[in-house]
Amino acid sequence: MQDRPTIQELLQSVSHLLDTELVPTLSGSPQFYARVAANVLRIVERQLTNEDEQLSAEWLRLDALLDTTERPATRDTLQQAIWQRTEELSERIRQGDADAGPYREQVLQHLKETIRDKLVVSNPKWIKRPEEETG
Amino acid sequence: MANTPNMPNSSNIPIDELSQRLADFLKRSFSAAQEKTLQHLRVQDLHLLTGGASRQTWSFDAVLEERDGQTRTLTLILRSDPPGGPQAVMERDLEYRVIAAAYDEGALVPKPYFLGDDSLGEPFFIMKRIEGETIPQRLFRDTAYADARQVMPQQLGKILAKIHRIPVEKYPLADLPAPQHGRSASEEEIVRYEDKYHTMAREPHPTLELAFRWLRQHLPADSQRVLVHGDYRMGNIMFGSDGVRSILDWELAHIGDPMEDLGWICVRSWRFGRDHLPVGGIGTRAAFQRAYEQAGGYPVDPERVRFWEIFGNMRWGVICLNMTQPFLDGQNPSVELAAIGRRTAETEWELLHLMEA
Repeated sequence: MQDRPTIQELLQSVSHLLDTELVPTLSGSPQFYARVAANVLRIVERQLTNEDEQLSAEWLRLDALLDTTERPATRDTLQQAIWQRTEELSERIRQGDADAGPYREQVLQHLKETIRDKLVVSNPKWIKRPEEETG
Repeated sequence: MANTPNMPNSSNIPIDELSQRLADFLKRSFSAAQEKTLQHLRVQDLHLLTGGASRQTWSFDAVLEERDGQTRTLTLILRSDPPGGPQAVMERDLEYRVIAAAYDEGALVPKPYFLGDDSLGEPFFIMKRIEGETIPQRLFRDTAYADARQVMPQQLGKILAKIHRIPVEKYPLADLPAPQHGRSASEEEIVRYEDKYHTMAREPHPTLELAFRWLRQHLPADSQRVLVHGDYRMGNIMFGSDGVRSILDWELAHIGDPMEDLGWICVRSWRFGRDHLPVGGIGTRAAFQRAYEQAGGYPVDPERVRFWEIFGNMRWGVICLNMTQPFLDGQNPSVELAAIGRRTAETEWELLHLMEA
C-alpha cells in the first residue's frame, strides 16, 4: 500500500501543471504537444477510474452474445480473453451472422455500449451527438 | 495534419548546404524558363514548416537579381520526401502534376513552379507560398474570420465543383489511382481500406467489420469518374479574413465518385466540436451542396453522399489505426501518434449511429 497521493492525484498534479503553467506560456508546436500530453494524462486517469467496471460489463455482454465461459480471475487474463472473444465476434460478423435480425440488434447494442465505454475514457464530449442545422 | 507532427524533421543535408543546392536548382530552372537576364539568385529563411513521415514542407524566400540591377522576392514552398523515409503516399511528381492541372483549371491551389530533379537527394517540387491559416479552431473563434465563416461554405462548394470538372484526360495524369477493371469507384475504395485494415489492425474492431459489410451491401450504382481530391476537409483548407485562399494536401487524389468528396467533408471529425454544422463546422449541407451544383458540380444525391459519409468514417477510423503504427512499433515516440490510437472509437460511434439511421 502506497502513501497518498493516489495515482489519480499524481496524474492530476501533472495535468494541472501542463494546463495552467505550461500551455499558456508556450506557443506553436510545443504548446500543441503540451495540450496533447495533458489530454493523454486525463485519458489515463479516466481509464484507471473506469476500467474494472467496464471490463466486467463487457465480459457479461460477450457471454450473452457468444457461449458462456468461465471468467478469468485476473485483469490481465480477463483482457486477453475479451480480446479473443471480440475476435470471435468479428469472425461471426464477417460470416454474415449479424447482417440482419435479432442477432444484429444484440450485436449493435453490445457495440454501442462498448464504444461508449471507450469514449467515456478517451473523449467523453464525443458521446453526445447534437442535431444538425438544416437550410 | 494541421499541427506539426513530432517526426524526424531535419534533412540529412545541413541547412546552409540545402539552401545553396536549392538556389542552384532554382537558378538553372528560372534561366531555362526564359529568365535569361537572371544574374543571381539567393535562398533565404529556409525553415521546416511541417515534417511528416511521408513528406516535408519547407518555407523559404528566393531573391532574384536581374542583370539590370532589379531584384524581386518570391515566397515559396519546398515539398520533399524525408531523407531515406518510407514510401510516400503519392509520388512527388504525380502530386506536382495534379496540382499543376488544378492550377491550370483555376481550382485555387498554389502556383506550382518547378518539379525537382536529383539535386536535393530526395524527390521534391517548388510551389508558391500562400499566406494564411489552416487551424479550424482559429476560424471558429477569431473575430477576424467572421466574414470568412459566412462565405466559406459557398466558396468550398464552388471550388469543389471546379476540381471535379478538371478534364483529367487533358493532363498527364493517367497514373492516378483509379478503380480496377470490373470494380465500381465505391468498391475500389472499400477494398483499399479493408485491405489496409486487415494487414495492419492489431486488435479486433467488430464495428469496422460491420461497416465493411454494410458498405458492400449498400454500394451505390457506378458513377461518373472524376478527379476526387480525396482529403477535402478542414485542416487542408487555407483561409484568410476573406475566406478560402488555397486547397492543400493533394496526396490522396484519385479517380472516383465525385460524391466521395461531398461525404468526406461532412465526417464529424472535421467539425472540430461544432457538430451542429455538418460541413466542416461552418455550414449546412444544403448551402454547401447548392453552391456546388450551381457552380457546375454533379447533381447531388443525398443518399449517395450519406453512403460516402459512412465510408468516410470507416476510412478515418482505419487511417487513425494506421497513423498510430509507428508509435506502436517503437519507431516514433510522438505523444500525438500515441493519442491518435484512441481516436478510432470516435469514428466507430458515428458508424453505429449512421448505419442505423
